[in-house]
Amino acid sequence: MSTRTPILSDHPSPAPAGLGQTKSRLSQKLSYLFSEIWKYRLSYLFILPFLVLFVIFILIPVVAGFLLSFTYFNAIEFPTWRGWMNYQNLFSQDIVFLQHVLPNSFKFALFVGPIGYIFAFILAWLIAQLPSTLRTWYALAMYAPSLSAGVAMTVVWTVMFTGDRSGYINSFLLKWGLIDKPLYFLIDKDYLLNIMIVISIWSSMGIGFLAILAGILNVDKQLYEAGRIDGISSRLQEVWYITIPMMKPQMLFAAIMSIVHTLKSGGLGSTLTGSNPTPNYAGQLMIDHIGDFGFIRFELGYASAISIVLLIMCFLLSKLFWKLFGPKEDE
Amino acid sequence: MQEIPLMTTKRTWAGRWQDFIFAVRQVDRTQIGIAIGLTPLAIFMLLPLFYIFNHAFKPLHELFLFPPTFVVREPTIQNFSELLALTESTVVPVARYIFNSIVVTFLATLGMVIFGAMCAYPLAKHKFPGSKLVFGLVLTSLLFATEAIAIPRFVVVQSLGIMNTYLGHVLPMIAMPVGVFLLKQFMDQVPNELIEAAKIDGAPEFFIFLRIVIPIVSPAMATITILAFQSAWGNAETSTLFMQDDAMKTLPFYMGTLTSNLANSVARQGAAAAGALIMFIPSLLVFLVSQRKVITTMAHSGIK
Repeated sequence: MSTRTPILSDHPSPAPAGLGQTKSRLSQKLSYLFSEIWKYRLSYLFILPFLVLFVIFILIPVVAGFLLSFTYFNAIEFPTWRGWMNYQNLFSQDIVFLQHVLPNSFKFALFVGPIGYIFAFILAWLIAQLPSTLRTWYALAMYAPSLSAGVAMTVVWTVMFTGDRSGYINSFLLKWGLIDKPLYFLIDKDYLLNIMIVISIWSSMGIGFLAILAGILNVDKQLYEAGRIDGISSRLQEVWYITIPMMKPQMLFAAIMSIVHTLKSGGLGSTLTGSNPTPNYAGQLMIDHIGDFGFIRFELGYASAISIVLLIMCFLLSKLFWKLFGPKEDE
Repeated sequence: MQEIPLMTTKRTWAGRWQDFIFAVRQVDRTQIGIAIGLTPLAIFMLLPLFYIFNHAFKPLHELFLFPPTFVVREPTIQNFSELLALTESTVVPVARYIFNSIVVTFLATLGMVIFGAMCAYPLAKHKFPGSKLVFGLVLTSLLFATEAIAIPRFVVVQSLGIMNTYLGHVLPMIAMPVGVFLLKQFMDQVPNELIEAAKIDGAPEFFIFLRIVIPIVSPAMATITILAFQSAWGNAETSTLFMQDDAMKTLPFYMGTLTSNLANSVARQGAAAAGALIMFIPSLLVFLVSQRKVITTMAHSGIK
């Protein structure tokens, strides 16, 4: 909550406390706060409908989830308190988590996040250069994988990477003599994670891409003309000096969404291979691990602890992006 | 400024063709380069779309060809009749699922867009006490995996007594923080001078919101509509968790039951393919309409 006095306020600034009466100072501060709240009563009315639903369906469950992470809970009996045990086990005993899930998640996020993000920006910028009739169709093409998300995507890709000679990629490689025998793409642990990365980048032109596209189109055209007068000569300079600074809010949005997308994506490995856990835990990500413990073994307390760790990781990463793209003090 | 009437009046195919020719003539050299360069990628990205359309019309023997074919050879509508026939004998016909889906999706999308915009406006433009806290909460909740809060959510819905009602579908979906975040980011860009000028002219807050802010951020509104529609239309979670009556469940849930044993059952492959197309077409339409709106409103929004 901000304690800064607004510059344009009709309210008198808090008077210096006479005779060190802290009590009257506190009440003065409180009455100032109340008058501020009363002044903005309409704003509260605006946010009320969403906020009520938000508190009921997100905030309360999240807090409950946080509390559950300190318990043993199997969905039938009443949860029993375990303190930090779940977290201790996670970081000292859970070999699958330490050896497979964590490295997998980091590798996955490191590739999919930045590459998908840069890719989305470049594509959105290129599409924004096209005349409007063509623009819709190209935007549709890029967004198509996200539109059809669950439905066709895994079907198409499993067919591509099928592990015998009838799979498209195998038969292609065999035909050109690049390999002697078919590769078991979806079972071999050397391939699975890489394939998941490729598929995720392919399908990551989603909400972030749309936001960036709308953001680029939102930039005032007059700025480019002004820029040209000021000596901007190439399109690249235009992007760097005008487009990106003007659409920082959308860039931030897309960055946060790409973190959320990468760290929260799961289930890809198990849909591709048809089993959770994936063979040798090769494609096991955080969410798969949560699903494994939460809905297969019904250790919900432990699953909650994993998701709290995931939340903290997401939070730290988004802080980093906030530093890069977030509003500065003077804005 | 004179609006272009072409955008609103009904156009004939000849008129569209003329528009197309006009658009092609407008293209300069860089644009041609970009368009040509992007085309292979666009075709590659469109593959799943193409696949869904072809798959739904394949006769049974083509569905199981190996290696599978992308293009249908003998198109048939047998899959669709199979989908209808499947539910004829059961208590709940597929039409009921479709009806539920339409009601739920309509209400949820409307709620997400309207409440989201209403919440985003003060967050972006009024520095009221607590606004940072609210925005921080919205942002943080974005990062929380929904899988992890499924159980507490179930308890909440149960204790509210909205199990097996449309409210049980709609309300949890409306609380979607993504929409608030995106709209707030766009509303940040609306010039403060514009709002202050309107205030000086005596416009009430609601008028400013409805007539000034919303039209300026209409690209964001269109984007959020696409997103909200898609997440509501494809949502099977509320059906699985909060609805015990079969008659209250939605189409994605039914599709899930069709495809869940697909790996080891041959029987309903055709129906599943047809269902996938039925699921997909509304998303496609909403995307096309909204995306077109992004482009036309961009050209004529109030501040340009």
